[in-house]
Amino acid sequence: MAERTGVQITIKTLTHRYTAKSPVTFENVDVMAEPGEALVIIGRSGCGKSTLLHILAGLLGKTSGTVRLDGKDVTEPSSQWIMMFQAPHLFPWMSVEQNVGIGLRFARWPDDKVKKRVAEVIGLVHLEEFARSNTQDLSGGQQQRVALARSLVMEPDLLLLDEPFSALDAFTRATLQKDVRALSKQLGFNLVMVTHDIDEAVIMADRALVMAGSPGQIVHDFKVDLEDPRERQDPKVQSMRATLMQIFHDAAGVPVDSEEEENSNAASNAELVGN
Amino acid sequence: MSNGDADVANIDAAEAASTKAAQNTVTAKSVGKSLFNWAAGLAILFVLWWFGGYLIEINPDTTNFKGFGPIPTFKAFPELFAIGKIQAAVSTSGYRLGAGLLIAIVVGVPIGILLGRSKVFRELSNSPFQLIRMISPLSWEPIAVIVFATWNGAIVFLIAVAAIWPVVFATAAGLAKVDPAWFKVARNLGAKPWHMVTQIILPAIMFDILTGVRLALGVGWIVLVPAEFLGVTSGLGYSIADARETLSYDHLTAMVLTIGVMGYILDSSCAMLIKRFSWHHQ
Repeated sequence: MAERTGVQITIKTLTHRYTAKSPVTFENVDVMAEPGEALVIIGRSGCGKSTLLHILAGLLGKTSGTVRLDGKDVTEPSSQWIMMFQAPHLFPWMSVEQNVGIGLRFARWPDDKVKKRVAEVIGLVHLEEFARSNTQDLSGGQQQRVALARSLVMEPDLLLLDEPFSALDAFTRATLQKDVRALSKQLGFNLVMVTHDIDEAVIMADRALVMAGSPGQIVHDFKVDLEDPRERQDPKVQSMRATLMQIFHDAAGVPVDSEEEENSNAASNAELVGN
Repeated sequence: MSNGDADVANIDAAEAASTKAAQNTVTAKSVGKSLFNWAAGLAILFVLWWFGGYLIEINPDTTNFKGFGPIPTFKAFPELFAIGKIQAAVSTSGYRLGAGLLIAIVVGVPIGILLGRSKVFRELSNSPFQLIRMISPLSWEPIAVIVFATWNGAIVFLIAVAAIWPVVFATAAGLAKVDPAWFKVARNLGAKPWHMVTQIILPAIMFDILTGVRLALGVGWIVLVPAEFLGVTSGLGYSIADARETLSYDHLTAMVLTIGVMGYILDSSCAMLIKRFSWHHQ
């Protein structure tokens, strides 16, 4: 696969409300990101993280402000900025390779080129032996890998991730987190990810943006300055996690959720150690 | 992929192979039992028919109708085949049924998709559709005869009118079950409206469309025979009416049996197509 250079993301004074009568979801959001950078947006439910991601994907309109990728306004979906959702949403009447190649067929690629590219990308996500399988026969993690391959096959400059690993078991989630970050660095595309999981943010982000308030705002922009590969047990990762947790706690001002998350992460870690 | 992932995959594969072998044995037994029940059901029907024919034959009041029994009926088949009556009737009725069903599908599927996708269209069309649907298809016959230049056209119209509703409603019901996220994903991957229809909607609801076609086939087949009782001089319905007029009860029963067998074959073909296009896991 050809290497990408990623995109420069420029979001300025972005504001959104669903209808004229509904409350403002978020306002005056400013985000800049360099090509190839991995951003993770964390925040409590309802602060507008997913909405921001949908606007960035061109799947939702903005109310005011600008969203530009390499200087180009984002007004509609494009194969250059692809979104992965919480559930894989695979097309169950298609095999793994048909699912992966669907975007290329929409773009009218010739069959031989589709076949070649699909095989490459299926290799990238380690699903070679399942290429012809029915997607309903795959585990949740494997299905999410197919969704990842379906996104990567388009050679996007930007991959948008809306809590795509939240429904997976801890072991699969940890593997995919590392794999997706590694692929982003290997292939050079930008990542913008929404999550509730502080661990996930530390493992995957170059920068973590903390959203809070109602209407939502970005209240903290935190650089996750760690070397790859990142292991959860690494003291530096643990320390970074504690710092980010404190920032999140201070910004959101809601210890209950944080404590719940800590408990859940402790459980996840225990599960991982068990594996 | 890590070693842990590979181990999990190997265990999964071994478990899958063992489960599949056990499933194959169970499936073979289940198929054998189903085949036996299928044959037994037909045998019971045949015995009941034979017994009825026997009672008709031994009763002096009804002995003239002994042609309804299975033995005279089966004896009539070679003769009907030899004079080409069955072939002609089946091909003529088959053409009418096929044309009517085709019209029902070509018109019904787009209407069903529109019903499933557009709330305005659904609300606008609900009352008129429910009203028209409740009109017995055969009650259109006098109007059809006036409107269409030939009886053939009128019969095809009656079948189409009868068959369209199962197709429309099954298609709309199928669309209501489609995961809205598939449209979002497809848009995200660059799907144009045409792709949405051909690559997402139609494959997603093919099972439902074919289920509607299967129901439509049954309705069309039921309408076909009485529609052919009047006006036309060809087809299965006409052949039955003709046999009744000439008191050829063995021919009449043979044609009735032909209708049953043809309907059964068509329905089974539809069931196989439904199975072929169903993506739902068993």
